[in-house]
Amino acid sequence: MNLFGDALAWIFDPTHWAAGPDISGHLLEHLGVSGLCVLIAVAIALPLGVAIGHTGRGRGAAILISNIARALPTLGLLSILILLYGIGLLPIVVVLVILAIPPMLAGAYAGIESVDRQTIDAARALGMTEWQIIARVEIPLALPLLIGGLRATALQVIATLAIASAFAFGGLGIYLINGLAQHDFVQLLAGAVLITVLALVVDGVLAAAQRVVVPRGVALGRSDRNGPPQRARATRPRALQEGMQS
Amino acid sequence: MNWVWIGSNLGLIGGRILEHLALTAPPIVIGLVLSIPLGYAASRSKVARSILLSVGGILYTIPSIALLVLVPVVLGLAILNPLNLVAALTIYAVAIMVRSAADAFESLPKDVLASATAIGFSRWQRFFVVELPLAIPVLLAGIRVVSVSTVSIASVGALTGIDQLGSFFTDAFYRYFPTEAIVGMVSVLLIAAAYDLILSRTGRALTPWNRRAAAPSPQMYEADKVASL
Repeated sequence: MNLFGDALAWIFDPTHWAAGPDISGHLLEHLGVSGLCVLIAVAIALPLGVAIGHTGRGRGAAILISNIARALPTLGLLSILILLYGIGLLPIVVVLVILAIPPMLAGAYAGIESVDRQTIDAARALGMTEWQIIARVEIPLALPLLIGGLRATALQVIATLAIASAFAFGGLGIYLINGLAQHDFVQLLAGAVLITVLALVVDGVLAAAQRVVVPRGVALGRSDRNGPPQRARATRPRALQEGMQS
Repeated sequence: MNWVWIGSNLGLIGGRILEHLALTAPPIVIGLVLSIPLGYAASRSKVARSILLSVGGILYTIPSIALLVLVPVVLGLAILNPLNLVAALTIYAVAIMVRSAADAFESLPKDVLASATAIGFSRWQRFFVVELPLAIPVLLAGIRVVSVSTVSIASVGALTGIDQLGSFFTDAFYRYFPTEAIVGMVSVLLIAAAYDLILSRTGRALTPWNRRAAAPSPQMYEADKVASL
């Protein structure tokens, strides 16, 4: 356990935060590249997933893609694409986006699909257009699953980026790779702690966002595990429903 | 593709496939066995459920390479010991399977359980004769997800020096030799497909009453997991 103390001391050693490629630099690099990849993945997968969930078409293909993606070893994909494109940021971003799309896609279509059909029919009967149904009914009700998908996506990207350090990328994984190469177990452990803390913090922030952003009606429904979650909301008067949607 | 290299290295490829099998089969089996009592406890008590599922969620959040470095420190093993990889993969397997097992036991029809008690089954009899067999389809969906991701995550062990198929990926990079990476990739996918086939066949054989109905796909479980992660 003493090794953990040494690792913490290593992390809080001011010289490791000073000039040059320091912890803050690697942390920012890790966060920046992760954020970019998550954004690209969301931009591709969210509209696609919402379309699949809304129309019910292409579901089989989406399941197939996410099952294959789960089986693909990230290390192998990274090494093949880096050998193809050469060392640099591009192959890493391509791999991360490929791996980040399936969880986001799954979250998006599962979220839209989980919306009670009766609620959607009711919205249609009220005269809402398809776009209004998507924007005002399906997406707000799907938010818990949508953000769940975003959490899975962000974790996948942060973890895979740590592996990318083995292929000449900076980021927080660099301490693991250097620690292993130099048999410096304190640095190795410090790197593992830094990556773990980053993943837990990002996940915690998104979990908090999940709670804040979710419409109150959905949050109420979720606490009742026995009944269908959306029904409580659909039977309320329209004015009340809109008031709850902030 | 350099077929000559493949031809002259069949021994190495076969050896690493065997190592990969030896490192991934125990975590899948142990994960299943451990998750059944844990999942049952979680399905029985709200307190146990929230503790087990949140611990599982936190463990699952730890990136694989970090876990591979943390495990030897906690267990006091040498960093090159292959048991580290087995332990890390088992942690992931249990973290995923506990939720799946809890869902499996919670989804059992209550009237069936009441009937079992009514005709005089003891608690243990009811568990082994009624609850466990009925939970198989959902447990199977969970363990299929676990087996596929275990086979793929195991390759990360190459970075901490644990030899298996993942070593082909790092070797390919250091030697600038794509053939090795492709051999590794194809082997990993074949192992994942083989495990999946074995599991789904076993599941079918164990649930003869369920054969005509469609078995729940792993995806159904995934949607669930994302929901309450």
